[in-house]
Amino acid sequence: MKRTIFSIISTLILAATLTACGSGVKLNDVPVEDRTGQTQQADPAGGSGRGVPTVQVEGADASLAGPANTARIIYFDFDSYVVKPEFQGLIEAHAKYLTANKTRKMAIEGHTDERGGREYNLALGQKRAEAVRRALGLLGVADSQVEAVSFGKEKPAVPGSDEEAMAKNRRAELNYR
Amino acid sequence: MSIASSLRRRTLVSLLAAGALPVLPVTSALAQFRVEVSGVGLTQLPIAIAAFRGDAQAPQKIGAIVRADLERSGMFRPVDTTGINADENTRPDLAAWRQKGADSMVTGSVTLLADGRYDVRLRLWDIVRGQDLGGQSYTVGSADLRLSAHRISDFVYEKLTGEKGIFSTRIAYVTKAAQKYNLWVADSDGEGAQSALTSPEPIISPAWSPNGSQLAYVSFESRKPVIYSHDVASGKRRLLANFRGSNSAPAWSPDGKQLVATLSRDGGSQLYSIGLGGGEPRRLTQSSSIDTEPAFSPDGRYIYFVSDRGGAPQIYRMSPGGGNAERVTFTGSYNISPAVSPDGRWLAYVSRVGGAFKLHVMELASGTVTPITDTTADESPSFAPNSRLIVYATQQQGREALMTTTLDGKIKARLSGASGDIREPDWGPFQR
Repeated sequence: MKRTIFSIISTLILAATLTACGSGVKLNDVPVEDRTGQTQQADPAGGSGRGVPTVQVEGADASLAGPANTARIIYFDFDSYVVKPEFQGLIEAHAKYLTANKTRKMAIEGHTDERGGREYNLALGQKRAEAVRRALGLLGVADSQVEAVSFGKEKPAVPGSDEEAMAKNRRAELNYR
Repeated sequence: MSIASSLRRRTLVSLLAAGALPVLPVTSALAQFRVEVSGVGLTQLPIAIAAFRGDAQAPQKIGAIVRADLERSGMFRPVDTTGINADENTRPDLAAWRQKGADSMVTGSVTLLADGRYDVRLRLWDIVRGQDLGGQSYTVGSADLRLSAHRISDFVYEKLTGEKGIFSTRIAYVTKAAQKYNLWVADSDGEGAQSALTSPEPIISPAWSPNGSQLAYVSFESRKPVIYSHDVASGKRRLLANFRGSNSAPAWSPDGKQLVATLSRDGGSQLYSIGLGGGEPRRLTQSSSIDTEPAFSPDGRYIYFVSDRGGAPQIYRMSPGGGNAERVTFTGSYNISPAVSPDGRWLAYVSRVGGAFKLHVMELASGTVTPITDTTADESPSFAPNSRLIVYATQQQGREALMTTTLDGKIKARLSGASGDIREPDWGPFQR
């Protein structure tokens, strides 16, 4: 109980520190919590100083606006990494927008269903994202405007393990940044 | 007589005495440790571990932690000590304990000192030969009481088996609860977990550095997978790989000087080596297929990895500089997540059998493969530093769980760990 309260307090302190910094460089500049008060009792013979400070990070911003009235999700068949013809119109709309707005950038986020290993699924999601990137490239979109990344099976669109849910999770999301 | 040969003799004796062991689950005294025993021909040392004098008043029950540690190792079978009142100064009633079938006995005490610390003492007895095998004492703050219990387990394990115990090592794992991800550093039994990182986005693939000071992992906090190295004691983080595309599957070289990881910077998922001093990553594989999940052999001679270059994911190995790869797995059409044991003898990996994902162990010298679980969603095996146990993630009753298993699959224990979905375990090295 004591430790729970302690960690809540340290989390609050840490959160306050983070807010105070507010520099926006959260990728590599993380405040370090001093927890010597917790570990100084450690004994040289058996004690350890094994205290672990908690680093708290925030997520990145959500997607920015892209072309109006254009869907942003491309679905894939099971074990497939090919953009189906029915999504060609969607790809063309985004390609048109990107070629007309050279300063806009897009992340293509590949996803898989829940079956299989996390890292292997990350590589499979990458294949889906790359397929979309190539399709946009064929329509004249500059490579510097798009980045293909993968979330593997980590961010399912819908919960559940039935085929309907898994079909919704095998996808690539187009997000403007 | 050496400890090892005496172990063999006594094991044989106790097996004869016990006859064929029945196949049944054995629930240990502590509810949070569920140790399952299955199969026959187990060679386990019967040991009596009495509650430590003072356990009732102390914040941690030392005797119970030691008992669960030794039971989980698969090398010991606890003998009932209910109602026994003893400490390190008590001379056990040898005849009575022999009759109860105990080969050895641990007694001890935990005492609150005036300065608020605890004095923890133990003594180990050879019941068969009536010998005092020595004792230890630790003076620790309450935060380190569990650690002192694990050090006692290490002492007993090494005295009786001749091998180093792994109980005072640490494991890392990830939980997901209420859309929050936490990377935990915990004792080897999954308890005493401390959060090293909390994030609203996924964290996967934690990997301990060879000296146990750093955790490399993949974080999605910037809405793409990037690799950090995180100093566990200070919380200082370094961005190790944030190249265009995805950055994942970090694996430390045994000397801790470089990391091999999967990058998609050139289009597909390929393996690269990244020097910790910085500099341009060096591409190790040149395929148009997926190459991922690198794992070094402990002698540094090979990098094991997963590739679908043959049409389906299989495990291959190559030299650390890259070049020709040699296929390692030949059974099944989906073999992933290789881990090589620290003694270099075993390869653990996950294989799809039917629709189930099951942990398998291959003896590298012979190529003999054994499935060692009854579960269907096994993931992320990682060896204990003494090569005697594997920790892995799986699902039980629809919930994510962390398990340890002996290499023959006969002794399994579910680790309690922090609450929420629990996954991605990585067993840290020996320290000090």
